[in-house]
Amino acid sequence: MSTESIALTGVREPSRAFGDWLTSWITTVDHKRLGILYIVFALLFLVLGGIEATIIRIQLIAPLNTFVSPRTFNRMFTMHGTTMIFFAAMPILFGFANYFVPLMIGARDMAFPRLNALSFWLTAFGGFLLYFSFVGANGLYGAGGAPDVGWFAYAPLTSKAFSLGHSTDFWTLSLMVSGFGSIGTGVNIVATIVSMRCPGMTFGKMPLFAWLNLVVFGMVLVVVSPLTAAQLMLCVDRFLGGHFFDTQAGGSAVLWMHFFWFFGHPEVYILVIPAFAFMSEIVPVFSRKPIFGYPIMVGATVAIGFVSMTVWAHHMFTVGMSAYGNSFFVITTMIVGIPTGIKIFNWLGTMWGGKIIFKTPMLFCIAFLFQFLVAGLTGIMLGAAPFDWQLAGSYFLVAHFHYVIVGAILFALFGAFYYWFPKMSGRMYNETLGKVHFWLFVLGFHLTFDFMHIPGLLGMPRRIYTYEPGRGWEVWNLIVTIGAVVQGIAILIFVSNLLYSMFKGKLAGNDPWDAWTLEWSVASPPPEYNFLTIPEVRSRRPLWDIKHPEDPDWKYE
Amino acid sequence: MSTAAVRPASLETPWSLPYKGQIGMLCLIAAESSIFTIFVVAYIFYIGKSLTGPMPREILEVPIFATICLLSSSLTIHAAVGALRKGNLAMFRLLWFITLALGAIFLFKTGSEWQRLIYEKNFTISTNLFGTTYYSLVGLHASHVIVGLVGLLTVFLLALAGRVRQEHVDNVDTFALYWHFVDAVWVVVFTVVYIVGR
Repeated sequence: MSTESIALTGVREPSRAFGDWLTSWITTVDHKRLGILYIVFALLFLVLGGIEATIIRIQLIAPLNTFVSPRTFNRMFTMHGTTMIFFAAMPILFGFANYFVPLMIGARDMAFPRLNALSFWLTAFGGFLLYFSFVGANGLYGAGGAPDVGWFAYAPLTSKAFSLGHSTDFWTLSLMVSGFGSIGTGVNIVATIVSMRCPGMTFGKMPLFAWLNLVVFGMVLVVVSPLTAAQLMLCVDRFLGGHFFDTQAGGSAVLWMHFFWFFGHPEVYILVIPAFAFMSEIVPVFSRKPIFGYPIMVGATVAIGFVSMTVWAHHMFTVGMSAYGNSFFVITTMIVGIPTGIKIFNWLGTMWGGKIIFKTPMLFCIAFLFQFLVAGLTGIMLGAAPFDWQLAGSYFLVAHFHYVIVGAILFALFGAFYYWFPKMSGRMYNETLGKVHFWLFVLGFHLTFDFMHIPGLLGMPRRIYTYEPGRGWEVWNLIVTIGAVVQGIAILIFVSNLLYSMFKGKLAGNDPWDAWTLEWSVASPPPEYNFLTIPEVRSRRPLWDIKHPEDPDWKYE
Repeated sequence: MSTAAVRPASLETPWSLPYKGQIGMLCLIAAESSIFTIFVVAYIFYIGKSLTGPMPREILEVPIFATICLLSSSLTIHAAVGALRKGNLAMFRLLWFITLALGAIFLFKTGSEWQRLIYEKNFTISTNLFGTTYYSLVGLHASHVIVGLVGLLTVFLLALAGRVRQEHVDNVDTFALYWHFVDAVWVVVFTVVYIVGR
């Protein structure tokens, strides 16, 4: 497999004009290029969302600060949340799935390559539409601007009376457009995994990465669509004078909350299960052991997929549901912790007794384990309704979900970047810079998000643009902002490491980590057709079988 | 690492996987079902919550004929695919045309129902909650019928041009799946709007 290649006429000729190069990227239907486009697009929006976060933190660094106006502050937290969830986290994870699912299951491309391109461009234009609101959303009297209704856009804030101009229209349309993109990707990846596996790769022999992404994109189909439906209703309200969420005409603001969170909570799992997928590939390779409890891992993931669709109203305890409603959602929230806990033990079991190699990807994975545990524990706290009544809408809650999204998902993502960078670029990253990035980011992360819990416990509400001195919040906010700066520096190191290594790094070869899944059997970066001959597999670790013909896995599975 | 090593031995069982078009369509149907579910939930939630009239019982007429047309088009498209599978192209074209006509009748009946409501009863999407939910849900379904009709017409024109042959039966069958879905959704919409909601 390794060094063989076939000559494809007109493909990858050097020294093409810039225009041709650009056209080849814009018109590409290759899953690897689209994966890279997703990732580059998402990194761009990660920077935009990061700038917004920085503005929020500068405003809150001291009491009675006047760095931005209250209105701008509202826009910043709305755009930060919307950008990070829909245009940074989701596309970056979709990008990895796009790139590696076909490679890992031994396919030459996705099931529907052109649908894949359409999905990417829908997502991309959704993002551009959202940001066009800064200049394009001014309605009559210049009342609009960027959306300022919060990332979950509760009714009736989004009604015509309270949201003048077109800011909310841009918000809802951009999410609808990117939502169609997500559904397209969901259709594509599920069809790819079900119908494109190479001979021998039964569901029991599929890499966990593919398994977990199958669950993720199954969930995308079932829970992103309701958001799209709710956005359609909001459009009916705003453009056609409908009354879905119009409380003046008997409509219900709470119904929007239900619809939004029916999407919003499973969304957390749509983001975190790909992180689990990265963990399940990286931890075994750097512990030199096969994954512990493969079938349990699959079962736990499927269980999370189902249970996560029954927990949404734990975001709404403070709305005032019935005691039965509250109890139901407390119990389901506690139940979803069980399969999640099982996974943590599976990764620990994989590391137990292994020869652990502390390279940068593994460092990020170990930090993930610890931080995801803490994030889960504050999640259990907030999942208990009485506790939630005290702290919902405070900075404690903000700290909790950032602990999940940054401490777990972003850490696993960084691990994935370092692990697969050699495959995607053909060159090794700089290990020293990687370790500096890791330690700086750990420091910045804990400065920001550990200490963010405390003002929340002291009663600081989220989304306030400033606060008075003397409430005991000053020092914590100062620390949080300093931590944000440290994280920013760490990310600059990360980006410069990748950019430098892309051109100057050591050549990686096919398989720098001595790994076991099929993507490492082809050249780095993989040729356009992925596999010269479609491989046949007989175990979960096909490359192990090749490297150890005297002791292959399939004898034991 | 040679190619031979990747193929340790030929596999014991022959390797066959489901047709990707069929799986893709099933996924799309799963996504569409959840969109419809949200609209149906909203419809049921808002039954009887309108603050002003008119109420469903006063103005809605049960579209029995249109429903019969749409539901029987599921049978004709099924038979059409069966004819194509056997290679009977003339029969396929005939049955496909009947399906197209039945779908068009349904859409026409929905349109004339809407015209009656809007022009005679002055009942629009912004009249009250009932109007909002009724036009949204029925309109969402009608828009799916329109997409289906465009697809049916495309296949029909291709068939007339002799471009749809026996070997395309999997693709045609995949499209038929979508049409069955549109019909199945109508059963739910009909039940909710014209039976439960009235």
